[in-house]
Amino acid sequence: MSELPLRAQLAAVVGKGAASLSRATGRGDGSVIGGKVALKVEPDLLAQLSRGRRIALVSATNGKTTTTRLIASALQELGPVATNEHGANMPTGHITALANQPDAREAVLEVDEKYLPRVLEATNAAVVVLMNLSRDQMDRASEINLLAKKWRDALGRTQAHVVANADDPLVAWAGLGANYATWVSAGQRWKEDSWCCPECGGHLKRDPDPHWECPECGMRRPDATWSVDNENDSVVDPGEQRWPLRMSLPGDANRANAAIAMATAAAYGIPAAQSLPRLQEIRSVAGRYTSVVTDGVEVRLLLAKNPAGWLESFSVLDPPRVPVILSVNAQIPDGKDTSWLWDVDYSVLRGRRVFVMGERRTDLALRLETDEVPFEVADRVSDVVAKVKAESPDITKLDVIANYTAFQQIRADYGRVE
Amino acid sequence: MSDTSSVLRIVWIYPDLLSTYGDQGNALILRRRAEQRGIRTEILHVHSSDPVPAEGDVYLLGGGEDRPQILAANRLRADGGLKRAAERGAAVLAVCAGYQIVGQSYGDDDDNPLPGVGILDIHSGRGETRAVGEIVADVAPELGGGRITGFENHQGRTTLGPTATPLSRTVAGIGNDGSTEGAYQGQVLGTYLHGPALPRNPQLADLLLRMRVGELPPLPPSWGEALHEERLAAAL
Repeated sequence: MSELPLRAQLAAVVGKGAASLSRATGRGDGSVIGGKVALKVEPDLLAQLSRGRRIALVSATNGKTTTTRLIASALQELGPVATNEHGANMPTGHITALANQPDAREAVLEVDEKYLPRVLEATNAAVVVLMNLSRDQMDRASEINLLAKKWRDALGRTQAHVVANADDPLVAWAGLGANYATWVSAGQRWKEDSWCCPECGGHLKRDPDPHWECPECGMRRPDATWSVDNENDSVVDPGEQRWPLRMSLPGDANRANAAIAMATAAAYGIPAAQSLPRLQEIRSVAGRYTSVVTDGVEVRLLLAKNPAGWLESFSVLDPPRVPVILSVNAQIPDGKDTSWLWDVDYSVLRGRRVFVMGERRTDLALRLETDEVPFEVADRVSDVVAKVKAESPDITKLDVIANYTAFQQIRADYGRVE
Repeated sequence: MSDTSSVLRIVWIYPDLLSTYGDQGNALILRRRAEQRGIRTEILHVHSSDPVPAEGDVYLLGGGEDRPQILAANRLRADGGLKRAAERGAAVLAVCAGYQIVGQSYGDDDDNPLPGVGILDIHSGRGETRAVGEIVADVAPELGGGRITGFENHQGRTTLGPTATPLSRTVAGIGNDGSTEGAYQGQVLGTYLHGPALPRNPQLADLLLRMRVGELPPLPPSWGEALHEERLAAAL
């Protein structure tokens, strides 16, 4: 901290005070407000707090918070790591994270997709980790083709080492703008936003999966040195060694996140034998995948904010006899537009007991009716638990899939469970 | 329905380029409301690398980002299938970016005019500000009237030529220019109500179906009517 100019030191201290206040008054994790106050005092604070540190930035549409957590855990092999673990992923959150851990030489920062170019410039990050890009909250987010272009240009202006998913055409094209890259074949379940060549707009040839190439301009998937093998629950490293994953976090999306984290750790010189055990320990991230036991029923919380996220959530649902609650809001952080519900195929829920909740449950109701999925309307998770228990006493589990503010509301009902 | 078969053919044009905001919803609701009345349906996904068949009944075009929009317009113009279908009397519903490109001209990201497919007499350019939010409009009486609700997210401003008629009058939101919303010409309908315009407005879905199959028996109320009422109440 001592190398910071006085004004920046003051800003960091003032910011920390505001964060404690926000936490103490129960209004949040404290990560955004602290940085907001600090930024007012010193606009260059992010650049100053970044000096003398080695910083990794993590961005994607989905899995940012989880992958940031995985990489930060792995890098603890090297010493203390500064990180914005509560998902406050704009510059205010980055400032809070760095100011709170002044002695950490390593930092891993989750970055909102839109902010990546400017955060990259301000922090002069050594490593940039990119996983996926897909449609998300389009009433306020940028168009993703435009976003990929901005990433590509920003990367070209730095010496950052990119660790990126070669299987996502938009991400790979953005990553190809960097001067150094490690490519990971991390898979891509949701393909509806990448049928067009990012270079020329041609219709991509996408088989055999995960290969992709453009028949018009010749643009193709970069060769990956790391790859995920979902079928065998393992990751194959550049030396062709196979690492059984056995993650506590569920699903293919988290296998992809783990592979990316292992490849990133390797770029820091941390071998898979050391990084993987740290990844396996993580059971939930900021409430995601967490379970709460209420009235003898284990309720598992899954966050899904966009079509790609819902597809991943469906793939980790418990067996069909476990009921599922879907909850959708349309507040500003969720996007005010619920059109995306029509991009999700809900027919996979047929044969399951389904409840709809949230401020936009009528949208969900019509969506499920159209896909011929029977459902019931509910107000609260606790009502559903009571109903299910009364009618089927042998049911001991319940899954909840919710979008951002709906998820936070449910999480708050259970005491902001981690 | 098409002369040669008893199946209502719903043609979804270029889901690889024009499918940004749940555009699939329009095809799904048309299918559901037709099949509930005993009409067999078929949904065809036509990718931008494939020819557009001219024998469909209802053609759907969705929204898209700037570059995919230009690619889609160029490919549709070169292909000619959509224009032939419209000339044959097929019904067309084009939303958002799709609405702009079925017109005579539309603007690229620097607002240079580019030629459209030309089946709707409209010209679109870029406005000063982006129109984002809930939109409500009153449908032209000759199309059955009634109120429609949707979500718009575009920077386009559209003027109608002499052959096109406004689809509706804007009550809340922007639409073409703050006073009218969408346009129609024969059986070609265009609107800025993006993505699932038909799920939120069952009467529009029935309007398109009637263009191909004639009078329809009424259906019992569904969640579509409930959503329609809820969104109208929320926007006004």
